[in-house]
Amino acid sequence: MSVNLSKGQGISLQKSDGGTLTAVRMGLGWRSAPRRGLFGRRTQEIDLDASAVLFADKKPVDVVFFQHLISDDGSVRHTGDNVVGGAGQGGDDEAILVDLARVPVHIDQIVFTVNSFTGQSFAEVQDAFCRLVDETNGQELARYTLTGGGNYTAQIMSKVHRAGNGWAMTAIGEPSNGRTFQDVVPAMVPYL
Amino acid sequence: MTAELVRGQNHPLDRTRVEIRVAAGGPVIAGVTLGDEQGRLSGAEAVAHPGAPRRTGIEVPRQAAAEHRIAVDLDALPEAVHRVSVLLALPTGIGGLTRFGAAAAPSVAVTGLDGTGIAGYTVTGLGAETAVVAVELYRRQGAWKVRAVGQGYADGLAAMLHDQGLPQAAELAAEIEEAVSQGHARAVPAPAPVAASRSEQSGAGTPGAAATGRPAPADTPVADGQAATSAAPAASSNAAPANGGPIDYRHPKRRATPKPAPAAPSGANAPSAAADGTPAPVAGDASGWSMEERLYNQVWGMFEDLARSVAAYRSASDFAESRLEQELDKALSDPRNRLGTAADVARATARDKHASLITQARAALDRDLAQLTAEADVVEPALPPALARWDNPVWQGYHVPQERPMALRLGDLHLPEVLDLRIPMLVRLPLERGLWIDSGPGSYVASGDPEREYGRRELGSALTDGPPDEAELGRLAMETAVAIAARLLAVHPAGDFAVQVIDPGGTAAPALAPLLETGALREVPPPGAQGVTTVLEALTRRVDLVQMAVRNRAADSLPPDVDTAEQLLIVHDFPHGFDDRALTQLRYLADEGPSVGVHLMMVADRAQCQEYGPVLDPLWRALLRITPVPDAHLADPWVGHAWTYEPPLVPKGSQVVRQVLGRLAEARG
Repeated sequence: MSVNLSKGQGISLQKSDGGTLTAVRMGLGWRSAPRRGLFGRRTQEIDLDASAVLFADKKPVDVVFFQHLISDDGSVRHTGDNVVGGAGQGGDDEAILVDLARVPVHIDQIVFTVNSFTGQSFAEVQDAFCRLVDETNGQELARYTLTGGGNYTAQIMSKVHRAGNGWAMTAIGEPSNGRTFQDVVPAMVPYL
Repeated sequence: MTAELVRGQNHPLDRTRVEIRVAAGGPVIAGVTLGDEQGRLSGAEAVAHPGAPRRTGIEVPRQAAAEHRIAVDLDALPEAVHRVSVLLALPTGIGGLTRFGAAAAPSVAVTGLDGTGIAGYTVTGLGAETAVVAVELYRRQGAWKVRAVGQGYADGLAAMLHDQGLPQAAELAAEIEEAVSQGHARAVPAPAPVAASRSEQSGAGTPGAAATGRPAPADTPVADGQAATSAAPAASSNAAPANGGPIDYRHPKRRATPKPAPAAPSGANAPSAAADGTPAPVAGDASGWSMEERLYNQVWGMFEDLARSVAAYRSASDFAESRLEQELDKALSDPRNRLGTAADVARATARDKHASLITQARAALDRDLAQLTAEADVVEPALPPALARWDNPVWQGYHVPQERPMALRLGDLHLPEVLDLRIPMLVRLPLERGLWIDSGPGSYVASGDPEREYGRRELGSALTDGPPDEAELGRLAMETAVAIAARLLAVHPAGDFAVQVIDPGGTAAPALAPLLETGALREVPPPGAQGVTTVLEALTRRVDLVQMAVRNRAADSLPPDVDTAEQLLIVHDFPHGFDDRALTQLRYLADEGPSVGVHLMMVADRAQCQEYGPVLDPLWRALLRITPVPDAHLADPWVGHAWTYEPPLVPKGSQVVRQVLGRLAEARG
């Protein structure tokens, strides 16, 4: 029962049985660029990158992206950079795992972004999606379709933030431009 | 291949005719109860016991013994039977054990009729219990499975049978006792059909059988006992795994597995531990091909987790500090706050926020630390010698290993937030880098770095104020060197590792005594520059020759006088007695040695070496610096905390190094 989120829509990460989520995965998948003739090497690969920025009181304190795969506290882990994409069959090509119970107490928001490292806009990328999965049972909580997202090279996907004793997720879906998450951080500020 | 089960684990049975082999540290009664789907017994006829050993599909021994074989034909059981529980109980009135905790943990193996193991379970963690349900075979969707139960009863058989819903529990328990004591009084070598018919097919060793640990012949029912003793001569006792006599066919590395179990919660509180979501830690809970590798990976996992948990705590408390400062500044600079109490309120709020964040962060850290401490408590006793502290009992039972270990413990690491959680500092063998044991006081002078200060403050009383005493440091440095050298010698098979010492000043003699007395070091290192040259020449020649041999794949054409054992060269008092040529050779050894098994251990004062200028910097950088006193100078690879290193010194007054080296000398012959 995954929700196709629209901009600004929020969902609470409470399970139906009342327990809160303990681990979520942000997955990103896209279809690799088609082979170009004989010289596959010259195919213009599409490299999308998933990043997570950890905020404390609206100030970025840590980040998890392809050059820093594990947050210093170990609670947020990136499974590794994928620079070409996959088959576009719905599997995650990059994933960021968040162990919500172990996130340091001062971190109150985690913002997920997608950037096109190789510069193609989302209009050119096929079958691109981003989703949030309950890591404990593999159930999809929310999904975004990026394809057809217009002439942008970055998107601020969603944020997971503290709410009460647990965590909640808010969809942001704000398009932006930039090669890596650094270019997008200023655009995040209004959503914190 | 036998699956070793842990409490609560189950395993499918691929056949229905099985044999259950029981081995205990003393005579026990073995019985079987046949329960329905809820595990309840329909009556006394649902129990196979020594007084009524045959039930449909089941046959149990008639007497109490240290070893039992129970034949089970699951196909023959009535449809209503869903659970077959194998119980063990201690007999009363015929001597022997009074509680299971007093002897080696009983073990149960489910095997095929040909003796091939299917599943094994050692019932660990027993104390005052006198009866225990060891395993149960149960029907699940038409197939049979075995589950390790390990439920003990301090009140004996009657309580156990009552628990399974038998109304006449006490009467039946008395009947069983009666049957056992009669059987014991008779002591007839009954022609037990069970044992006789199977003696030809019981070649496989019973895991953990207590054949050697049996108290007295009278206590052993002759039929079963003889069959088992003659048929399974290779079985070894759990209680005395290292007594040398019987060959132990179990995997040598797996022996550590049952050890941590006593620390695991016993039957009563196991469910509560499982209920709160954090399972009790188990030693070897990591991936790897052998127990050693699993423990190694587990220790590194604990290292990383501790580094990260403390990183989370530090970043949270740093954040709390900086927010407090900002908010106080803001309250101060706001002109509206100049009058009235608004400023006080703002300050109080800021302090409250700070305090509550710090409390939360500490709570999160404490939660992580509790888990890691519990893990360390089970991992530490399970470590093999190479990874264990000198005060670990495993060193008392030391015997010379047959193969080299994968890693060595170089010392302990800890962080100022958690002084009592020590992470073993493990390095892979063979050593990739040499060691530099820093004996100079210069580097301990307070450097203004707060993390270094942590390390200083907890030093021993004599070293607390000011730089440590130079002579004392020098002595400790050499002691550290000898402790590490002895450890390296002990964990390698006899003759695979040798130590050489360069000591031109002759000042290391007291520390070297254990090595010299046990023959680990053949002679007192020759004094003066002459000694330096001889040793270095010989080692350089060895490195050259072995390198040539390796490159040309001609290992067998090495001259006979080249010692192929790995070499550890301890250089004391460096740079005393060294000329330029010796220095060059030393650098050569540091660079080229590790790949051909020549390792360098410098015991030197870094400051004194400075006069050689930059020539020595590459040497310094090529070696791993460790210290003879606790000092915060090692960084972890993940977040870069400064960890306080503690050398692996032998506890004061302990003779363990001499004992260990003595045993090694015996093995060398």
